[in-house]
Amino acid sequence: MKARIKFRKYGILRFIGHLDVMRYFQKVMRRAGIPIAFTGGFSPHMVMSFASPLGIGLESDGEYLDVELSAPVESAEAVRRMNEAGVEGIEVLSFRQIADEKKMTGMTILAAADYLIAPGDVPHAAGAIPWDWKEKFASFLEQEEIRVIKQTKRSEREVDIRPLVFSWKSVPEGIVVRLAAGSSENLKPELLMDTFVRTWPEPDKEKALHGPVFSFRRLELYAFLSEKGQEGGFVSLESLGHDITT
Amino acid sequence: MRKTALSDEILLNIEKPARYIGGEVNSVYKDARNVDIRFAMCFPDVYEIGMSHLGIQILYDMFNRREDTWCERVYSPWLDLDKELRRLRQPLFALESQDEVRKFDFLGITIQFEMCYTNILQILDLSHIPLHAADRTKDHPFVIGGGPCAYNPEPLAEFFDMFYIGEGETAYDRLFDVYKEWKSSGASRQDFLRAAAGIEGIYVPAFYDVEYREDGTIASFAPNDPCAPRTVRKQVVMDMTEAPYPMKPVVPYIKATQDRVVLEIQRGCIRGCRFCQAGMIYRPTRERSADTLKEYARAMLANTGHEEISLSSLSSSDYSKLGELVTFLIDEFKDKGINISLPSLRIDAFSLDVMSKVQDIRKSSLTFAPEAGSQRMRDVINKGLTEEEILTGAGQAFEGGWTKVKLYFMLGLPTETEEDMKDIARLSDRVARRYYEIPKEQRRGRCQITASSSFFVPKPFTPFQWASMHPAEEYDRRAHLVNDEFREQLNRKSLKYNWHDADVTVLEGVMARGDRRVAKVIERAYRLGCLFDSWTESFHNDLWMQAFADTGVDIAFYTQRERKEDERFPWDFIDIGVTRSFLWREWKRAQEGIVTPNCRESCSGCGAAGFGGGVCHESKD
Repeated sequence: MKARIKFRKYGILRFIGHLDVMRYFQKVMRRAGIPIAFTGGFSPHMVMSFASPLGIGLESDGEYLDVELSAPVESAEAVRRMNEAGVEGIEVLSFRQIADEKKMTGMTILAAADYLIAPGDVPHAAGAIPWDWKEKFASFLEQEEIRVIKQTKRSEREVDIRPLVFSWKSVPEGIVVRLAAGSSENLKPELLMDTFVRTWPEPDKEKALHGPVFSFRRLELYAFLSEKGQEGGFVSLESLGHDITT
Repeated sequence: MRKTALSDEILLNIEKPARYIGGEVNSVYKDARNVDIRFAMCFPDVYEIGMSHLGIQILYDMFNRREDTWCERVYSPWLDLDKELRRLRQPLFALESQDEVRKFDFLGITIQFEMCYTNILQILDLSHIPLHAADRTKDHPFVIGGGPCAYNPEPLAEFFDMFYIGEGETAYDRLFDVYKEWKSSGASRQDFLRAAAGIEGIYVPAFYDVEYREDGTIASFAPNDPCAPRTVRKQVVMDMTEAPYPMKPVVPYIKATQDRVVLEIQRGCIRGCRFCQAGMIYRPTRERSADTLKEYARAMLANTGHEEISLSSLSSSDYSKLGELVTFLIDEFKDKGINISLPSLRIDAFSLDVMSKVQDIRKSSLTFAPEAGSQRMRDVINKGLTEEEILTGAGQAFEGGWTKVKLYFMLGLPTETEEDMKDIARLSDRVARRYYEIPKEQRRGRCQITASSSFFVPKPFTPFQWASMHPAEEYDRRAHLVNDEFREQLNRKSLKYNWHDADVTVLEGVMARGDRRVAKVIERAYRLGCLFDSWTESFHNDLWMQAFADTGVDIAFYTQRERKEDERFPWDFIDIGVTRSFLWREWKRAQEGIVTPNCRESCSGCGAAGFGGGVCHESKD
């Protein structure tokens, strides 16, 4: 039986990297007594997979991991126990049963992520961001293509990131963008904004390139579902599961 | 929501920011306004090393059980943050409250090894606390040192207000009560130090004067204040089972070196190896009851969520209920995905049987610590392990399917000859030969024998405290001689030999048996930029050599001198229970190659029986 856990990551836990979040969850499961299945062998580990690693420094309201359960546990009970055994900075939001098929894991079906992008809370951000940055962002996205050099661990290649921005809207705090996410295409909000900042006129551009001026918060992760004869759409990973009641 | 002392900008630009944010599972948070004593407990190395230390977890838990005390943790900022804190003149902070250390009542520093001494100065310096105790005022914390290196605190004497000699469980409550009284009285800093010096186990260096002879040795060491006792007696917990133990140790976010539940099964060691300081200063050997340990294992695993449990002691095989405890751990936790780690086991049929249950034989290696290559040398150091035992153990292991063996040796031991050195290679080869005696079709490829040697450093309160050391070049020569001998061996392709750095050895030698005059070398080295000396990437021997030259301190005086029977040692004012006459007797027996039986075979009258418990009184219970 598989379950999907949705959690929030905030405050000082921003500074805990992805691998350490994995370690955190392994231990929290044991402390909370969640019946997790183990792999075999001399050093068994929990069957656990995260939908998408979150970069250091980012907060998120929509993080996901899928686990394999060895016995059913009631959703509300699991959430309560995990939060009791947890720390300030990681809050479990839901715990739902999902389909058993391999191709339905969060990591496999992940297609998009929403981010809230706002002027950062750092001293040099205030002076560096032009007052009309949202208008500038609108015209930035009006371009047919936005070519950037994308660096990976092994190589660098030029890609067009414009198609990886699915939509955006203005909100009081800043903007919310929906970006491609997952194993085939993935756009980090930092790269998008860095490319954007480079289109600014001087001296704003130079000031902004001096240090990070925007803050990023992940809001939600989505899969893209399309059924025969119908137009497809984004659905949150959470909505693909249902509460476990025993 | 919790705050961080460091700005986001710094945290995002340094390695592993999680080292500095606190907030881990089981870390203790209190309202600073509701406590009388704020204690910053420091391990002067990086977080991952410091968080692995059991002693701090014990004291952290014990101090925080007191309602009037809030104990927090401090570790050494790594070189990247060190630079930032200096640039911004931002004072060092404790992890939990993120408040400045300089505002605390106490800064406690555990001193586990000699090569952390410059890190101690870094902690003081970054905290904006004067390096010298004499320069501190009522606005500064009291800086207190403890741990094994506090058994010769003299090289650090001027940097500390006081030292706690011995095991922390016994006298801290008293010290805190006295402190509270003093704090509300409004008396002077000096007054508290006087009161503290009256507590058994507390050493306040300022209340003692040292005079030196023309030849550099100590002429006299005496109190200069009536509050200070002539000798300071080490503190020992006599009832290990009733002693406080942390049921909820702090669980780091980032992977610490020791990322597991640790069960301390006993303190002390019955063996009496003559080089081993721990074997002397933790006498007498005291066990914790197996039933208590079983309860602890359950509670600690449940409270931490760790996936591994390990036993801690100087020699686990000597724990009288080892079989019972290990069987319990396997039966109880193996199916729950908990790894069981069993360090410091003597290799025999029992331990091999247990180990085959808890580890993957193909991947794991077995460890032997013969410490010396020849039987003669092993008799000198009183390592009661014969070649036959090693070869039998290795043989059983090979037949059980193991192919990897690690062997630990020391080089530069007293009376060592070239033959003794070469025997390191020869013994390693005989272990390999034992493997190839197994018929080819029954063994799995080649065996891998890895021999490592460290250079011997004489430590205070051991029979070898009188012994002389060598210059660095001589250590290098010996290591090369051993290495050459390895190349001569029949099974050289199955053998690997590593050795430690000789420069560090010499420095350790100076610090280990140094006196108050060594302080200026440490301070000079720190000023020249020495920091994290135990990390190869940041160790700069040239700077240390310059520090010796600048201060006129002679390395050879501290290392290359064989001490006379009646020489007054800097650490002689400490009473560890084991008598100096026993140590001298052992030093003489070492030179004659006479083995002394272990504490369970027969009592050799070391003096530790005076504590009234432990192994010394086992048969009389």
